[in-house]
Amino acid sequence: MSSESKFGEYGGQYVPEALMPAIEELTDAYERYVLDNEDGFMDEFRQRLRDFGGRPTPLQRADRLSERYDREVYLKREDLLHGGAHKLNNALGQVLLAKYMGKERIVAETGAGQHGTATAMACAHLDVDCEIYMGRTDINRQRPNVFRMRIHDAEVNPVDIGSGTLKEAINETMRDWATNVEDTHYVIGSVVGPHPFPRMVRDFQSVISEEARDQIRAKAGRLPDSVVACAGGGSNTMGAFHEFVGDGDVDLVAVEAGGSGLAIDEEEELAPHSASLSTGDDGVLHGARTKLLQSRDGQILESHSVSAGLDYSGVGPELAHLADEGRVTPVNVGDDAALEAFHRLSKTEGIIPALESSHALAYLEEHPDELGDLVVVNVSGRGDKDLDTVIEESARRNLDAAPTMEVFDGEQ
Amino acid sequence: MSSDGAGGADESATESDVEAAFADGPALLSYVVAGDPDAESTAEYVRALARGGADVIELGLPFSEPIAEGPTIQQAIRRALDAGMTPDRYFDLAAELSEEVDVPLVCMTYYNLIYQYGSEEGPEPFVAAAAEAGISGLIVPDLPVDESAPLKAACEDHGLDLVFIVAPTTTDERLGRMLDRASGFVYVQGRLGTTGARSDVSSETHGSLDRLAETDLPKAVGFGISEREHAREIVAGGADGVVVGSEFVDIVASGENVADRLEAKARELKQGALDGATEVPEPEGK
Ligand SMILES: Cc1ncc(COP(=O)(O)O)c(C=O)c1O
Repeated sequence: MSSESKFGEYGGQYVPEALMPAIEELTDAYERYVLDNEDGFMDEFRQRLRDFGGRPTPLQRADRLSERYDREVYLKREDLLHGGAHKLNNALGQVLLAKYMGKERIVAETGAGQHGTATAMACAHLDVDCEIYMGRTDINRQRPNVFRMRIHDAEVNPVDIGSGTLKEAINETMRDWATNVEDTHYVIGSVVGPHPFPRMVRDFQSVISEEARDQIRAKAGRLPDSVVACAGGGSNTMGAFHEFVGDGDVDLVAVEAGGSGLAIDEEEELAPHSASLSTGDDGVLHGARTKLLQSRDGQILESHSVSAGLDYSGVGPELAHLADEGRVTPVNVGDDAALEAFHRLSKTEGIIPALESSHALAYLEEHPDELGDLVVVNVSGRGDKDLDTVIEESARRNLDAAPTMEVFDGEQ
Repeated sequence: MSSDGAGGADESATESDVEAAFADGPALLSYVVAGDPDAESTAEYVRALARGGADVIELGLPFSEPIAEGPTIQQAIRRALDAGMTPDRYFDLAAELSEEVDVPLVCMTYYNLIYQYGSEEGPEPFVAAAAEAGISGLIVPDLPVDESAPLKAACEDHGLDLVFIVAPTTTDERLGRMLDRASGFVYVQGRLGTTGARSDVSSETHGSLDRLAETDLPKAVGFGISEREHAREIVAGGADGVVVGSEFVDIVASGENVADRLEAKARELKQGALDGATEVPEPEGK
């Protein structure tokens, strides 16, 4: 039992007792419906992913990037999934599972708002009540997604505590869940939290690598040399990696947010980055043992990234384990490089990537030679939600790559 | 239970300090956050609570992510962290208080702080330091019984009680597993949700107490208790004690005449518990 709840030393179930019966119930439902396809759950999930979600998403050869880096670069287009990010794979799976379990109410946290939007969409689609917790900082930098959640009839609750980002939103959602656990399911947004969430979310997301593996073989005639994906909590990462884990020749590269630098301000309990996988220490947060940004005493540090979806002090336990084993290579790139990559893809390929995904693309720019001749980059989502941030942050940094927008400012 | 001969000097078969605090009638367990607003004040407040009749003092060691706490205690924890409370300062404070105050001290904190403490991984160094500081027991709200084996082993080695929280949702099967490992007292969570003072006693409380009727360990109810009348009702309903946190933390937050008001509030709650004990418990007809 406990061995399955862990990935090596990582994972587990560290939550208040009030939640444990719900977690046991969820574990049972996960094993029956997801692993054993009881009542045809997985068939229905797959069918809805196709008809409602628009799967499969394309694996597209990026012609200009291939030329630029002198190697074959393919993009897995999760930005084309309904809602504009990979998050729907998981949200649809969990909301459907909650329905199978007879739960009446959904709560969720969100960082970039993509998970909140996907959850609100899935709830509208499947007719379930939905409430979303979102940090104040994230609300301010991801307003289009706040409107989208509201339009789908979800309640959005601002969280003002701490730095008002994903970590605080998770705390608040856990509190709501602990109060209303009997009729409520918590749709956690990444491969984090207590068992069975990290496994279950990975299973729902692994459709990404399932498709990508077939698609690259069909298009390039072989498996890639590397798969690159950004890592916040790590759900698009594990989704893009999972089916390749057994392919020892395929390098799996998890790109974290290097923010504005890796040095930690212990005094202020602030990390100017979110690179928990590459720089964090073992600890217990939000229900799991994993790698965390924390002070020497074990207080969790506030993280930072220009991209709200990566701005989290923890990371999924399976990634922590795979990184320890040497199977996944954790790397990071800074805010500036991510912004530049955002503009590069928009200009050269006609794709506006999420700032999260831009981190993966920035790593390709910085270290193309380390990725081999055939590279798959997961474009986890589209960047429409980030336009305000990108314009503002690009202007502040005088980024050459960015178009100037001042002349349009203030016009009615 | 067998204690596997560990720490042989301890008389592990006899009652612990915490359990003994319930021996003379219903107990008042009071909670404050160490370092809110600073360590000296906390020491003064703990003395005031003891004067007011508190039988056990739960001293919160602040953690940055207190997911089991409501707004009152969250803010207190923030104040304490901002004022610089750390595990080492906490142990200094506990060592001072355990010399001065004649009631057992129980440390309430989250698992990451326990896990991180000291140079080696795991809970052993923290428990050793807590024992050294005179702490009698631990309550860890994010450590369910299923993950508690390493901490339980360390607590047994050092003679500390490990207290488990029974929730309204806890199944009988889980309850059995918890009672196998519990010592000191059983913490009955009076209602679902987080800590915080409420204006009534939840009906869930009575259900939980009924399920624990046969249990040998003392049972104390917490989460939401703020008034004398609540304490009376809960003890009359079969509890051996009440745990009060947010109500005291609110008094600390007010900053006015704090020690006197804590003492008076403790006296009032203790009286409520005593009143409840003299009542003949009415048979539950639900
Ligand atoms: C487009 C996109 N990519 C990536 C992430 C990061 O999450 P994860 O690491 O779980 O994929 C988010 C989170 O909101 C996102 O919206």
